[in-house]
Amino acid sequence: MKDQIRQVIREHGNLPVAVESLADDADLYQAGMTSHASVNVMIALEDTFDVEFLDSMLKRSVFESVDSIATALAEVGVPA
Amino acid sequence: VSLMADIDADLIATTRRISDEVAAAYAIEVDREARFPTETVAALREAGAFSALIPNELGGAGVSLKAIAAACFELGRHCGASGMVFAMHQIQIACLVDHRGENAWFDDYLGEVVAEQRLIASITSEVGTGGDLGKSVAAVSEAGTDGYAGFEKRAPTVSYGEHADAFLTTVRRAPESEPGDQVAVLTRRDQMAMQPQGTWDPLGMRGTCSPGFIATARFTPEQVLPVPFSTVSAETMTPVSHVLWSHVWLGIATDAFDRARAFVKAAAKRKPGEHLPAAIGLSELMSELSLLRAEVGLGLREYCELHATDRSKLLEMATILRFNNLKIAASEQAPRVCQEALAVCGIVGYKNDTPFSVGRHLRDSMSARLMVANERIHTTDASLLLIAKEV
Repeated sequence: MKDQIRQVIREHGNLPVAVESLADDADLYQAGMTSHASVNVMIALEDTFDVEFLDSMLKRSVFESVDSIATALAEVGVPA
Repeated sequence: VSLMADIDADLIATTRRISDEVAAAYAIEVDREARFPTETVAALREAGAFSALIPNELGGAGVSLKAIAAACFELGRHCGASGMVFAMHQIQIACLVDHRGENAWFDDYLGEVVAEQRLIASITSEVGTGGDLGKSVAAVSEAGTDGYAGFEKRAPTVSYGEHADAFLTTVRRAPESEPGDQVAVLTRRDQMAMQPQGTWDPLGMRGTCSPGFIATARFTPEQVLPVPFSTVSAETMTPVSHVLWSHVWLGIATDAFDRARAFVKAAAKRKPGEHLPAAIGLSELMSELSLLRAEVGLGLREYCELHATDRSKLLEMATILRFNNLKIAASEQAPRVCQEALAVCGIVGYKNDTPFSVGRHLRDSMSARLMVANERIHTTDASLLLIAKEV
């Protein structure tokens, strides 16, 4: 799952650095992901994994790292 | 509970009196000369209103945000600039109270606000960010061997920058940080050099005295709020700004309505029983005003409820959309009410020196859509609407 998450971040996160250079727990916002780009990441994650995030999950902190995204996806039923 | 309510009622009564007696007396002069509402600010200081929102354990009166909002409304009725200065100060206080954490420096400073009635401004806008408050160019420098860090920030506007005792400034966390990786720093005036840039001769809200500044500061690392600015902004600064600003705008619009009503009543007295087209206009105006009042009142209630029961919900995109919409709706409806009040009053409303003048109201309320441009907020909302579920 984390490879797919990284793929989504690579395509939609608009990061100034290579996503491969970031650890799973690295803060994506500190790495330069904008709020606007994070929304594109969320949309692409929903599409890629065919899930819908709940409103309670749609906040900045839930999408701040590969790890936190994996936790969120697990919460909506994506197998690890 | 009743004691708390008394404290709220006291603040509202006090600001109403200050608005009626002081703000009203100087509003025309403040507007004409684009000067700071010194008399109103002095009266608010004397009444202890600058520390009203600070909780009891730090020595403040601990009034509710509802009372602060009502005070913004009261001041806005007679002097929009006074209302806005008061609102902006309270926004900074709310940010410090909510996000100071276990940091004793902030507790001490808030104690000083109680004792000395310090006035706090913010330095959030910056040249080179395209109006995006979520990005900074300026950064906190590395602390030197003396333990002091610093920043230099070019701000296109700093409201009451010449008059504030302290400043809450957004900057990047460190020299190597990305533009969105921001923190907020509180610095005292004696830790800063404020170099004014340009002039201040705007259309409205002239008494806020908001020219540009190059702000440089030297401070200790404990003066940095311990949470990321994105959290401060989402949980407190943005929604509280939208709630308090909109109360000021409601105050301005309400006074414009009151003037239109006084005009129609006077006309009706002169020609009893005659059909008055302006009376119909006034009735239409009342429904426009009630739309504004409903949105502003609901926004306040919703924020207070979330703040009291579930602050994490304030970080959700659906909630961000809600409070963004409060700002957009109120900032567009307030000038609409003022413009319709002008239509009711006609030429005596258009003239600047009659009891029915609403020119200042219209000009002041037109600043609303620029205070974080509505177009920028719409851009954010357009993006959030793609992903948020129930809005």
